[in-house]
Amino acid sequence: MTTRREAACCGEGSPLGYAVTTLFDRFFSGMRGGVHPEGRKDLSAARGIRALPLPQKLYVPLQQHIGAPATPVVNVGERVLKGQLIAAAQGNVSAPVHAPTSGIIVALGDHVAPHPSGLPVPTFTLACDGLEEWVPLQACDDPFALEAEDIAARVAAAGIVGLGGATFPSALKLNLSRGVQTLIINGGECEPYLTCDDRIMRERATAIVEGISLIAQAVSAKEVIVGIEDNKPEAIEAMRGAARAASMKVVAMPSMYPMGSEKQIIQVLTGQEIPAGGRPADIGVLVHNVATAFAVHQAIRFGRPLISRIVTVSGGAIKSPCNVEALVGTPVQQLIDFAGGFSQAAARMVLGGPMMGQHITNTAVPVVKGSSGILALTSDEIGQNEASPCIRCSTCVRACPVGLLPLEMAAHIRGSDLSGAVDLGLKDCIACGSCSYVCPAHIPLVHYFNYAKGDLAAQERGKLKQEATKKLADARSERIARIERERAEMMAKRKAAREAKERAAKEAAAKAAAETA
Amino acid sequence: MNPIAHSPHAHAPSSIGKVMLTVMLALTPATLFGFWLYGWPAIHLWAVAIIAAILGEAFVIRLQQRAVRPVIMDGSGILTAWLLALSLPPYAPWWIAVLGSLFAVIVGKQIFGGLGQNVFNPAMAARVMLLISFPLEMTTWGAPLPLTSPNGLNLIEGLRVTFFSQPIDGMASASLLGHVKTEFTRGIGLEQALTGFFTPMDALWGMRAGSLGETAALMLLLGGLVLIARRIITWHAPFAMLLGVAVPALIFSLIDGNHYAGPLVHLLSGGVMLGAFFIITDPVTSPNTAKGQFIFGLGCGLLTWVIRTWGGYPEGVAFAVLLMNAATPLIDQYVKPRIYGRDRKGAALPAKKGA
Repeated sequence: MTTRREAACCGEGSPLGYAVTTLFDRFFSGMRGGVHPEGRKDLSAARGIRALPLPQKLYVPLQQHIGAPATPVVNVGERVLKGQLIAAAQGNVSAPVHAPTSGIIVALGDHVAPHPSGLPVPTFTLACDGLEEWVPLQACDDPFALEAEDIAARVAAAGIVGLGGATFPSALKLNLSRGVQTLIINGGECEPYLTCDDRIMRERATAIVEGISLIAQAVSAKEVIVGIEDNKPEAIEAMRGAARAASMKVVAMPSMYPMGSEKQIIQVLTGQEIPAGGRPADIGVLVHNVATAFAVHQAIRFGRPLISRIVTVSGGAIKSPCNVEALVGTPVQQLIDFAGGFSQAAARMVLGGPMMGQHITNTAVPVVKGSSGILALTSDEIGQNEASPCIRCSTCVRACPVGLLPLEMAAHIRGSDLSGAVDLGLKDCIACGSCSYVCPAHIPLVHYFNYAKGDLAAQERGKLKQEATKKLADARSERIARIERERAEMMAKRKAAREAKERAAKEAAAKAAAETA
Repeated sequence: MNPIAHSPHAHAPSSIGKVMLTVMLALTPATLFGFWLYGWPAIHLWAVAIIAAILGEAFVIRLQQRAVRPVIMDGSGILTAWLLALSLPPYAPWWIAVLGSLFAVIVGKQIFGGLGQNVFNPAMAARVMLLISFPLEMTTWGAPLPLTSPNGLNLIEGLRVTFFSQPIDGMASASLLGHVKTEFTRGIGLEQALTGFFTPMDALWGMRAGSLGETAALMLLLGGLVLIARRIITWHAPFAMLLGVAVPALIFSLIDGNHYAGPLVHLLSGGVMLGAFFIITDPVTSPNTAKGQFIFGLGCGLLTWVIRTWGGYPEGVAFAVLLMNAATPLIDQYVKPRIYGRDRKGAALPAKKGA
């Protein structure tokens, strides 16, 4: 498999070599299926990262990661400093939350969630005081002297989660991956429109490279590969320049969706596949996003917790698309205003990329750690029509990067045969949306799959609950039986004792009678 | 529509209608060539077939109390009738086209549940029905009377041929495969039978007696390549079908050249080219996977050759396609792609820590 990787990097420098290897990559990209959605990255790619002006109020949800929500550690009315811990991690899978700026906590209550449901979730409301007064930070002058555990502990304390969108607590991943062979840094950014990773690589490559080295040190990885899609030549250039002294390879990958998916980037860069139901560590691989590497650098070098991120504001309905560095908790509306507002009515607002992002209906929702993009799309860009019957053209089969039969799975789900869909590999679906994207009949295939996954999860929860109830009921009847048994034993014992006593009394009386007689 | 839209929020600019339209465009060169080669009767027959399909499908959709317009506008019924028309003898009477079209869209497609639900290719089902029911009309071939030739028929004469079954003077001819079969029954060997009857260059262009749109091998190949380039079809099924016809033909013609026609005769005659690129690539009735499509195409090719060589009919494409259509669910059951992270049997790949 090394040949494949070498083939991808041997052409460095010469333009002809580059062209040849790119061509080579297209045929032997290692990834199956995949689609070429219209990139639309040109809308915002040339716009450098600008800091968003400080909003008046921030809405910081307690849960911005996979796992348990954080527990509040400050009270309403309290003044907090920038970077101060306001909610602590709770349990094994969780991440702490920090104050994005200094100000007063004015409320801890429900605010609309950055989620299609728009349901209220527990959220801090922070009235910013405009002073940007930092909490004392624990900087580190020689981060490479730190122990692996120490790096992971600092990453955990900084509340860093996977910034590619999955928002899995990063420290946990470090601890679970110690001693892996390969560290892959994901600069794929295969979602159309998004340019936040592109910009951060162009502008902050040195910091990213140091962050990558720290991650590599924390897991003692033997090789480090940075994978970047070849539609970002400036980012590749910047990263190659910054990585010159470091021992890592920067590889140009073919631009194809979903190249940035963990499973696919591993397949493309190492030729290996994660076993079904397993994790990358099972094959000695750890994958982190470039923005996560930057956050790690900030946390270790300067002690800064994760309180802001780069967000791409784009889409056909945005007046001047751009990339901004926004504090966590900033309402989406502020970012849209910063981008000049709407040039026309948006048919749909999306948080994240167009392929896997979530539809939002309320622009009061806050930016959270996992928000990579805010898109205001026109109906032309969405290009969705009413679904027509499946003609079994199997375009979806060709597009699926996992090797599934989307048309067959959808047919089973339509017929309420969920177990049939599971047998076809429903649980292996990564919900990348390639099948829905290419379907000429515009059948919402991924919608079917996510519906089925949700229904299955509910069924499984129901089954667990039923089992738990049954266990409780069994325990109760056993307890009642035991009490009955014990009471019966007690009664029998008492009866025996009474009889013995009576017998003894009788004998004694008889004895006494005999004696008196 | 659901107020909350599900990802993806971007879609490829394609639709069923566009797919069908592209296929029709790819069929156009061969069709126009057929029109030129056989003249006005061919044009009338083609038009009758398509009109009958539209009216028949509209009638059935109306019976089902569904909206007629979207079903007609997806173009699938028109395409079916078009393909059927191309497989008919160009001087066949109008009612052959009408019966065939109605059978194709009503019995072949709508009775199964409409677009995407039929098991058998509607055009081929209709062709087989016609061939079995009306063998005389379906095997009466006329020598080409090109539009531009001095004795070509004009519009009115063409109408007479199509609608009043007016015979064309002294122009009765035989298709290549029919001719070979007849000569065999008379005990005449292949080499003699083919002399003056088969010239590869004419066959390539399609200058011979045959079905309306099946003779123009080169035009059909061109259309097929366009479809492959436009990613409407993949090369697997067509290539496999051509292989399935050519390989046994080559082997047997090498063994006994006087009894078995060579690969060129087989590839350039009958419905092989139309079948390979336009019939067996019908997505509804062919397997889902590339490998499955290859097997399917190979089966179609082999069966075509077997039927032509040892069967009772001179041509076997339609029968071969229907037989393989019946095998499609079976192929789909056994040929599935390997899922990421699993082996062929579906078990998870082994973990290799620190590898």
